[in-house]
Amino acid sequence: MTNFRTNRRGLLKGAGAGIVALSTPHIFTKGAWAQNFCNDPTSGKIVFGFNVPQTGSYAEEGLEQLKAYELAVKHINGEGDGGLLNTLKPAALKGNGVLGRKVEYVTGDTQTNTDAARDGARRMIERDKAIMVTGSVTSGEAIAQQSLCQEMGVIYMSGLTHSNDTTGKDKRRYGFRHFFNAYQSGVAIAPFLAKEYGTDRRAYHLTADYTWGWTQEESIKNATEALGWETVATVRTPLGLGDYSQYLTPVLNSGADVLILNHYGHDMVNSLPQAVQFGLRERQANGKNFEIVVPMFSELMAVGAGEAVKGIIGTSNWQWSLDDEGTKAFTKSYGEAYGQPPSQSAHTGYVQAILYADAVERAGTFYPPEVIKALEGFEFDGMGNGRTVYRDTDHQCFKEVLVVRGNENPSSRFDVLNVIGRTPREDVTYDASIFGGELGPYEPNKC
Amino acid sequence: MNVFLAQLLNGLDKGGAYALIALGLTLVFGTLGVVNFAHGALFMLGCFCAVTFRYLITLETVTIDPEKLSPWGSPVEVRTPLVQNWFGDFGAVLVDYSVPISILLAIPAMLIIGIAMERGLIKHFYKRSHAEQILVTFGLAIVLQEIVRSFFGANPVPQPIPSDLRGAADIGVWFGMAAHTLTYPWWRLIYLLFSAVVIGGVFAFLQFTTFGMVVRAGMADRETVGLMGIDIDRRFTIVFGLAAVVAGVAGVMYTPLLAPNYHLGMDFLVLSFVVVVVGGMGSLPGAVAAGFLLGILQSFASMTEVKSLIPGIDQVIIYLVAVVILLVRPRGLMGRRGIMEN
Repeated sequence: MTNFRTNRRGLLKGAGAGIVALSTPHIFTKGAWAQNFCNDPTSGKIVFGFNVPQTGSYAEEGLEQLKAYELAVKHINGEGDGGLLNTLKPAALKGNGVLGRKVEYVTGDTQTNTDAARDGARRMIERDKAIMVTGSVTSGEAIAQQSLCQEMGVIYMSGLTHSNDTTGKDKRRYGFRHFFNAYQSGVAIAPFLAKEYGTDRRAYHLTADYTWGWTQEESIKNATEALGWETVATVRTPLGLGDYSQYLTPVLNSGADVLILNHYGHDMVNSLPQAVQFGLRERQANGKNFEIVVPMFSELMAVGAGEAVKGIIGTSNWQWSLDDEGTKAFTKSYGEAYGQPPSQSAHTGYVQAILYADAVERAGTFYPPEVIKALEGFEFDGMGNGRTVYRDTDHQCFKEVLVVRGNENPSSRFDVLNVIGRTPREDVTYDASIFGGELGPYEPNKC
Repeated sequence: MNVFLAQLLNGLDKGGAYALIALGLTLVFGTLGVVNFAHGALFMLGCFCAVTFRYLITLETVTIDPEKLSPWGSPVEVRTPLVQNWFGDFGAVLVDYSVPISILLAIPAMLIIGIAMERGLIKHFYKRSHAEQILVTFGLAIVLQEIVRSFFGANPVPQPIPSDLRGAADIGVWFGMAAHTLTYPWWRLIYLLFSAVVIGGVFAFLQFTTFGMVVRAGMADRETVGLMGIDIDRRFTIVFGLAAVVAGVAGVMYTPLLAPNYHLGMDFLVLSFVVVVVGGMGSLPGAVAAGFLLGILQSFASMTEVKSLIPGIDQVIIYLVAVVILLVRPRGLMGRRGIMEN
């Protein structure tokens, strides 16, 4: 026979154990993470933070992205025609907000500046209680914001960012990129360059001197050298330079027969027309027509470069003139709302907002680790890029990449790029380890 | 050798733009004693005179074609340029040559803007410190660029080179070299010639006209000229307008080389101040000489051979020159003794 003796210490131990035991099941109940993560909206408003350049060099692309985010919120909340909610497969969103509640949003201006982007994201998280931050037009903005969001435990869905670093050495558990990257551009464009210009070429690179330019140069250089092309020179140009004449002159007598402009935004808008003015496209070198390649294109840049863009080959994440159901639905929604077709900047922003909301719906909670897990490995279709997967090891979206050419005979002012090829997803998929980086922990920090 | 010559041409071309902006800046400082940080904005406004002119000359009639639908389902708009409707081939030529023709709009527009700027704001700061002048003109520059941004957006607005002047001239052939050894864009050659003509015109105006003589006298000794019964303030106001015109037309002709955007003035402002400081505050020949000198140095510093010796030199060369000049000869290359030396 056993004698049970109770004393004060034993009673306290027992009571403590009982409380833990009784509360244990609730830890596994959805929604039970209240107060454990940053800006838990369980008892407050659901706020998305749209942080894009509204001023500065890339303001136009930022404002396009912002318009798309606003459209996405309308569609998530059940307003308008529903846009891509009608075509996303599989879709958990029902057009009644997220988890049955309406989404609100705040906007910020990154000023096309890394510091301002980080400050804006911090304000959205700390003051406006944003549960998710999204938006960027440069890789600098995206990397700065996703690092901050990792520290604060808030998910960041990047906008337009093309550097390999975003989902490479600077990848974060809390950061996700739908846009393609420089490596994928290089792989996608190479077969078309071989087909159009042959495998015996000598290339001269002019490269914007910052993170995106470096990774773009490395990627396209590797891809073209694999074709058999020789790299004559790689020359770095200061970011934001207006007059490229002093960098274009040496190209003329370098022995190169292809100029590869690893420039984006205003850099490309200036360098491409100036290269054409220098007569490069009328020039013969090594017994061949001299060619110019711009590995990464955007419609807004193409419009900015004017006539010079005609016939130039590059790559693009998406194009409004594609004929799949998702593209048609988004172009219709956006066109009706704003009177013009959407850019790839608008498209990627819109898709990111929808994908986050859908992941929350599927996870059944805003708790970031669960939302992250819902996004990781998520395979979907109907967003205008064919079958797409959010790879779990680096949070990079894998989908087909478009190869485009400046339209020689545009039928309207919007008709600046023609899609000349689509490189399948399998061809642009790579081993995540080649770019290094660590995603970091799932567990969120408190704000 | 041909690369050397091509870089020399690049430097002269770039220097032409620097010299034109710095010339106006120096005129304003030499006459009114004002450090005008809004001068870059005047260059930018000149660019947008070309943009505005092209916008006006390419105004279109818009009709709806009910037969065709846009990708989002609304009827397609059919646009027909009015000028071509009215004048046929001549209208097409007007559109093609919109950039050089827009100088005719830019001259009166910039004159009015310059005079309004001086009478409306800057004259109230003549007796204030240089720091206050810099603050107010810098603020004005920001206001002007934001106004332009609200009308034209933040994206660059490319302006085409007239079709007859596109492509590159085979300069090497002119000097007995083989074909395609030394080519240079026609429009850049035109800009270089244009810069030389405008600079020559300004100097001739100041040197050979009575107005110019009074202005030069006023620059030397404003008080004495005033005591002689000459309304020097009115003349200096006109000089401010002239400086605005010089900056404006420099901007107009630069638009095919660099697609104008609202921020262009700020991009050129710092460079222009360096040019003025190197040339000597208040010295017109100094501004011109320093403009061309820094343009040429900047071009040569960008050569691969130079960059392999001193990496990054292309990005700092003109500031390096400015530092050396300020240390060795604070009044600048051709500045007057005692001006801005302390």
